[in-house]
Amino acid sequence: MPAKITQKITISNGRLVDPANGIDRIDSIHIDAGQIAALGSKPEGFVADTTIDATAQVVCPGLVDICARLREPGLEQKATIASESLAAASAGITTLCCPPDTHPVIDTPAVTEFIRLRAAAAGHARIVTLGALTQALAGEHLSEMAALRNAGCVGVSNALQPMRNPLVFRRALEYASTFDLTVFIYPNDHWLANNGCAHEGQVATRLGLHGIPEAAETAAVAHNLALIEQTGVRAHFCRLTSGRATRMLARAQYDGIPVSADVATPYLFLSEIDICDFDSQCHLIPPLRTIEDRQQLREALQQGVLSAMCSDHQPHEADAKLGPFPATEPGISGLDTLLPLGLRLVEEHGIELTDLIHRLTAGPASILGLPYGTLSVGASADVCIFDPQASWQLDSSTLQSRGLNTPFLGWEMQGRVTHTLLAGNPVYTLKAT
Amino acid sequence: MSGLEDVVTIIAGIADQLRAGLATAGIDKPAMVGIHTGGVWIAEQLHRQLAIEEPLGSLDISFYRDDFTRVGMNPVVQPSQLPFSIDDRHIILVDDVLHTGRTIRAALNELFDYGRPASIMLVTLIDRSGRELPIQANITGRHIDLKPGEHIKLTGPDPLALVVQTSP
Amino acid sequence: MSRTDLQIDDHGRLRHFLCTRGLNRQILNEILDTAESFAGVTEQTVKKVPLLRGKTIVNLFFEASTRTRTTFELAAKRLSADVLNINITQSSTVKGETLLDTLRNLEAMHVDMFVVRHADSGAAHFIAANVAPHVSVINAGDGWHSHPTQAMLDMFTIRRAKGADFGALRVAIVGDIMHSRVARSQVHALNLLNTGEVRIVAPKTLLPAHAASLGAQVHCNLADGIRDADVIIMLRLQRERMQGALLPSEHEYFELFGLTEEKLAIAHPDVTVMHPGPINRGVEMDSEVADGPRSVILEQVTHGIAVRMAIMSMAMYSKDSESG
Repeated sequence: MPAKITQKITISNGRLVDPANGIDRIDSIHIDAGQIAALGSKPEGFVADTTIDATAQVVCPGLVDICARLREPGLEQKATIASESLAAASAGITTLCCPPDTHPVIDTPAVTEFIRLRAAAAGHARIVTLGALTQALAGEHLSEMAALRNAGCVGVSNALQPMRNPLVFRRALEYASTFDLTVFIYPNDHWLANNGCAHEGQVATRLGLHGIPEAAETAAVAHNLALIEQTGVRAHFCRLTSGRATRMLARAQYDGIPVSADVATPYLFLSEIDICDFDSQCHLIPPLRTIEDRQQLREALQQGVLSAMCSDHQPHEADAKLGPFPATEPGISGLDTLLPLGLRLVEEHGIELTDLIHRLTAGPASILGLPYGTLSVGASADVCIFDPQASWQLDSSTLQSRGLNTPFLGWEMQGRVTHTLLAGNPVYTLKAT
Repeated sequence: MSGLEDVVTIIAGIADQLRAGLATAGIDKPAMVGIHTGGVWIAEQLHRQLAIEEPLGSLDISFYRDDFTRVGMNPVVQPSQLPFSIDDRHIILVDDVLHTGRTIRAALNELFDYGRPASIMLVTLIDRSGRELPIQANITGRHIDLKPGEHIKLTGPDPLALVVQTSP
Repeated sequence: MSRTDLQIDDHGRLRHFLCTRGLNRQILNEILDTAESFAGVTEQTVKKVPLLRGKTIVNLFFEASTRTRTTFELAAKRLSADVLNINITQSSTVKGETLLDTLRNLEAMHVDMFVVRHADSGAAHFIAANVAPHVSVINAGDGWHSHPTQAMLDMFTIRRAKGADFGALRVAIVGDIMHSRVARSQVHALNLLNTGEVRIVAPKTLLPAHAASLGAQVHCNLADGIRDADVIIMLRLQRERMQGALLPSEHEYFELFGLTEEKLAIAHPDVTVMHPGPINRGVEMDSEVADGPRSVILEQVTHGIAVRMAIMSMAMYSKDSESG
């Protein structure tokens, strides 16, 4: 962080929602030296330099986004750490986790360090990284996981790249486990997926799109669970898309296997139906599945089987989406819609606000093994203040990310971030219009 | 509509003029071509009355129209039937109503796609005002002046009758 | 933008021809009727009409195809249009011009129509959505998705062979349904024309997921599939299917799904046999059937020209029309 004189800040009269501590009440927060100093009455001798009036607003821990691609290093034509961390701050996100599939891959401490320095220079958000499970993500040779951990990686992953064979994967899990690293797994059987670009269902059949069967995910989940149980590694499944996979996960959790999972926001709102006009904005990997799957993902999120909701942010330049569907790059620019779409789940689909905030704060923080996502006294003062009643439209002027690739453009959003604080520093304030 | 005898009478008159015209021009083996649909009805009568040996030809000029872009495709197009060679023949081209001249222009273009005739003589039942191109009939049954908004139409094939319609 | 909006202009006329889905029966019949007129033209000594004189049509083929390209070229020339043939074969290692840039460059040369064949499903739709307002797009086949002109010439052929009452017909489509844009378009066109029974016949490996949702009865057994059928359409089997663990051999495929006179006995006595071509003799059917009296395969080729003439003229002229 750039050296700043940290102010004493009081955030008064907001609805404090801190699921980690079971708090949901109207109260004030006092911040000092970049940490939460007190809730409720201010500490002895505390004089606020700044007071933020949070009446009628929600005050929660700064959001923790388990997966956001910042495109730097290597793909700066799409976005940069500076541009995306700024967008994150405007969306109330104070901690972002970046997967290892940058160019070059995060398989050396140098790349981790580069990202850390870039993030610090920009100063808008905290960025943590996952290191590569194998060198160059090629799925063959183990990466220097200890070095990566020492350089600050909070976990390891092979991202979307396949492993050479199950034996290499088992060894990688065991090696990661040696250093108490959590392995972040994208459950996908590369051969069953067979270069598909859409869910193997009615829509893909009609449109003649190469399909990715549900079994590509569920077979991988089953296979991975067996190895997770065998090796005792702590594992996390990234971006589940099918109801069946969530049921397999629930059973495994019930059986005491240390495995967690997340879902990305788009999969809670869209389905295979949304690609029916070859809309490349809905080209996602893993693919959008059926309406039934969407419903089951919502239920699993509510129940906590899925303990985190992430943006799976993938900003693209315009050209990446301009082409025949299979030729376009997959991914949605998701930072800006993480919270508002989450609030829509509360409004329209029966998820409690406290549960939602948990899935955006304590849930992901716990998965990443980080002491964030809470408003505990002594914790880093990462705070998100939002007005739950504010209506606004997502369009090219309100979208903060450099990536305009989202099918949610034009949607009416309810709920808007007004202030974001990172370690006690205000990194975003909504301009009054 | 006054002063218009029945079509059969007009056709008989045309047949007389045609016999005379062919004789004057020294044409003894003409070929006759009618333009769909009304021109074919008239041509069938003339063909019989003049006892022309060569079978009757018919032209559908839909594909040669110049207002194609505005009226669009007409799905029901009869193929043109020309059961004889056009080259070096004397053609009698028959239509029912000569108005702007565009139909005849299209018919001439189409005939020339089939070959190079020695001559073309245009015979029309009715010649009405409103020419937009420098086209004239060699033989005309009746000349008619119509008021703006009025159209004359041949109905048939049996009985053949002329009807004047006013568009609203 | 939905495909319905793209294909039809404000006056209900054809503007682009991308897939049979999104069109209505009336337009399909209009295409068939218009094709009848052109069939008459192509049977004459003067095979040309000046309909599209002065118009430039570009055959933009990203997938190699001599047959289809030739028929489109011939159809365009019979309409007196100027034709440009552009073959862009893409190598995966060489990333050339973007599709959009290729399009813009050609548009700058004032072309009027693109006939597009591409390996990606949705390519024709993408081009139609991004093309200048005065340009029309005809889909000559995109990936596994749609080959609507083929479907129309097949409907034309069926109509000529069996009459216009599709409701009385049982039509079976046999072969590699999963990878076939022809099959998808045919099934949809047949349903739009209210065909009595539409059946697809293939081994499970060559059927797409949720095959029945395409709108046909699904059979994995040839006898069940062609019993009492009035029309049988055989699809081409590509060599690659043996490589992808989809089929063991052409031999077994012919034994189970190939047409012979003997197997045809179970179909309607007047059954018509069709094939989009080119035929693999001894795989989809034996020579006796291919050259026999039930086969209308060569007529399909002839009809292809008239049908494409119809579609190109209909799509070309909708945009010039004044209102009303």
